[in-house]
Amino acid sequence: MTALALHDLNKAFGGLRVTSSVNLVVEPGERRLIIGPNGAGKTTLFNLITGELRADAGRIMLFDRDLTGIAARRRAHLGLARTYQIITLFPGETLARNVTLSLLGLSPLRWNPFVRLKGQHGLLARARETLARVGLDHLADRPVGQTSYGERRRVEIAMALAQSPKVLLLDEPFAGLSVEERRDVLALIGTIPRDVTIVMIEHDMDVALEFAERITVLHFGQVIVEGTRAEVVQHPRTREIYLGE
Amino acid sequence: MKRLALAVALVLLASLPWWVGNSYYINVATQMLIYAILALGLNVLVGYAGLVTLGHAGLFGIAAYAGATLVNAGHGHVVVTIGALAATLAVTAVFAVLALRGTGLGFVMITVALGQIVWGIAYRWISLTNGDNGVSISARPSPFGISLLSADAFYWATLAVFLIAVAAMAIFVASPFGAAVRGTRDQPRRMTALGYNVWLTRFVAFLFSGFWSGVAGLLYLYYNQFVSPQAVALSASAEALLMVIAGGTATLLGPIAGAVLVIIMKYIASAYIERWNFVLGAIFVVIVIFMPEGLVPGSVRLWRWAISLLRPQAPPVLRRESGR
Repeated sequence: MTALALHDLNKAFGGLRVTSSVNLVVEPGERRLIIGPNGAGKTTLFNLITGELRADAGRIMLFDRDLTGIAARRRAHLGLARTYQIITLFPGETLARNVTLSLLGLSPLRWNPFVRLKGQHGLLARARETLARVGLDHLADRPVGQTSYGERRRVEIAMALAQSPKVLLLDEPFAGLSVEERRDVLALIGTIPRDVTIVMIEHDMDVALEFAERITVLHFGQVIVEGTRAEVVQHPRTREIYLGE
Repeated sequence: MKRLALAVALVLLASLPWWVGNSYYINVATQMLIYAILALGLNVLVGYAGLVTLGHAGLFGIAAYAGATLVNAGHGHVVVTIGALAATLAVTAVFAVLALRGTGLGFVMITVALGQIVWGIAYRWISLTNGDNGVSISARPSPFGISLLSADAFYWATLAVFLIAVAAMAIFVASPFGAAVRGTRDQPRRMTALGYNVWLTRFVAFLFSGFWSGVAGLLYLYYNQFVSPQAVALSASAEALLMVIAGGTATLLGPIAGAVLVIIMKYIASAYIERWNFVLGAIFVVIVIFMPEGLVPGSVRLWRWAISLLRPQAPPVLRRESGR
């Protein structure tokens, strides 16, 4: 059984092909890195996997379940979580409330207009525990608007982890971070248990290569190279795309 | 402190007919409460769901017209109330299904069109609505045998409904569903990725909003014992929207303050100022400039600022001059 499998996935915006016959197989527990230059179609691929975009053709399988025709919101309930390249939090709410909203998304309680959210002690405790996992429990009651960029990146990851996903998609989790913050976030990602399969998009090769077990190189919506770190780094096509050699 | 303020407000509201005395002003207070219920309902969409609508007078009017039709068909007031609110909810559902196809300006324009359709029916379908002449009813209900014919009695009945509306809003805002509605306003994309059905969340919020607009419409009918196309006109929707925006969106007290302001200008200031509309417009401009967040949150901000000025300031830290 594979954790995530893409079969001949295609997507075009008008005449522009952004995903071209992409095939990808990610094993359970694997740490997969997807790299490629700007405009390679990496985030589009994530949007297709999560259902934010509908594929023109092809199939998306999550633990052998066909997700292709399933609505984006249902995919979260099936164990798919993601973070965003551009931080997408609830800026007026506290960190705890942001994570609570994430927990609530998978709970039938989200439809309940009669109980007080503040009275849901179990839910709130889980939100704080998740914040503790990313080292932000001391800021739980602070509004997102009053936190640093690095802390917001961690909240993004906390919101995804709160949903106990089977497959976690990290879209450039180091974007905009300082060198120290990158190391911290990498260490944080390293603590995620192996029962969570991780697929990560990243530009920062130095940090990302430490994380990756297998790497997929995308270029103009196509998979150009796939293999282990050593294989991909040595591959002439990778060097051509990244170094212009 | 909050509980004390709430208790004082309740006592003042409940005793209003005694300390106001004049039945004209009691009736004005009744209208404030009716429009405050409409504004509270509208605030669910505009403030909490972030969906600006200009068609809510249509829903307000549907309840009033449906109620009037049922009363004139000889039905009792329980049937009238249930029937009018059911009709409002049914029309709200149609409004929501159509309007939620758009977002932003598209959503606003669809609600304008739907509101205008209701107005067109009220104005032109004369066999049903009596056209421009409107529909009159001959009686107010007498719940539990209590006559609501006097200004005092109708005020208290309206106050009871108003307090239920405020309590319902407070419960809604603090609930998980209320949090979900606010989430769909702030980050609909993220909410979908988190597993929320954004469309359905907005649809249910629309129904909740429409329900309270219907309640206000029914009270309006019983208060005036008459309804005409004027009640469902675009200007009535705009007026309700201004109440919410002027008072402060996504707050519990804002729409109430906005309703009070507009009704004061409309029924009290208009007796002294011929061009009261001009003054109302000027007040809105002042609110937008100095309190863009609305009257209630803006006043709270200014109050805190004033308090901070009155507090003794800590002595400034002296900077050590660097030696040259």
